[in-house]
Amino acid sequence: MTDSPLEIAGRTFTSRLIIGTGKYSSHAVMARAHEASGADMVTVAVRRVNISDRSPASTGATAGRRESLLDYIDTSRMFVLPNTAGCYTADEAIRTARLGREAGLSNWVKLEVIGDERTLFPDNEALIEATRVLVREGFVVLPYTNDDPIACRKLEDAGAAAVMPLGAPIGSGLGIQNPNNIRIIREFSRVPVIVDAGVGTASDAAIAMELGADAVLMNTAIAGAEDPVTMATAMKHAVIAGRLAYLSGRIPRKMYATASSPVEGMVGR
Amino acid sequence: MRLVDTVSPKPETKKAASPRRPHKSITVHITLNGEPFELDQPMSVVALLEKLDIDARRVAVEHNLTIIKRQRFPEVIVADGDQVEIVNFVGGG
Repeated sequence: MTDSPLEIAGRTFTSRLIIGTGKYSSHAVMARAHEASGADMVTVAVRRVNISDRSPASTGATAGRRESLLDYIDTSRMFVLPNTAGCYTADEAIRTARLGREAGLSNWVKLEVIGDERTLFPDNEALIEATRVLVREGFVVLPYTNDDPIACRKLEDAGAAAVMPLGAPIGSGLGIQNPNNIRIIREFSRVPVIVDAGVGTASDAAIAMELGADAVLMNTAIAGAEDPVTMATAMKHAVIAGRLAYLSGRIPRKMYATASSPVEGMVGR
Repeated sequence: MRLVDTVSPKPETKKAASPRRPHKSITVHITLNGEPFELDQPMSVVALLEKLDIDARRVAVEHNLTIIKRQRFPEVIVADGDQVEIVNFVGGG
């Protein structure tokens, strides 16, 4: 069986794994993990340039100019997706999205409007509103949302280019908490479904893909692993395995055993 | 002494209010990324980035809540009382 590549808003991606750029011990480790993951889309955050710190950063800075995250991302191969992480209102997220568009190379945004500090769960009402505004401004909007099929449908109606339901809270590593909802969201959606957040280890990514997700987005599971580069490799394989398993059509679950070897022709019977 | 500004009316009122001191350079007070910041004179966004040693190709600039397109960095002047935000990409998920 041949699979068609992941396509979002008319753009195709080789990999169904999308990864973050946060929380790595160094930019160099991040670059190696990116390479190992095979991902061709990475997320970045938009933040104020540190003005007071005039000294170049410690890790591999060249004389004069301060080093930039982008120095460690091969933008010829990697599509850079700015996020609106940390925004708690639609206005804040819209402003950040516009700045991200100016700082970057595209009109794409991973839209986050957070509703609660402790869980980092999205404020879906504000998220839908911000999606509507940004779509009108020509953005390709990928909203991070609850694992709620109705919220996902409303986001799609608002013009989202994909929907990105969480598997579990951001950075929690709990795995897919509501597999059934992910399956329903896949069934409801005409746009790609990207499970974003909650993955802890490779099997979680595989499960997300087996449920029918078109892609998985993760940051902490790789960056926070003891060996991020090896975990990135594991995630690459997990996403491929999960996707192939999904396409293969798994066997139904049964209560009792069914023998794999013939019951006929047993010696001595 | 020359007060250059095409955007904000603030420098004119400043000029009228303060006595002329021809032998001293002007001090321009701006708010840069939420913090007070001083410049010797009004300057373009390009000059400001240069002064701060920031690569203009890697940042987005908001001037008095309006995003400035990169090609307009040389012509937009940062003057007294202005609010400037300079952002870039950092690691995130």
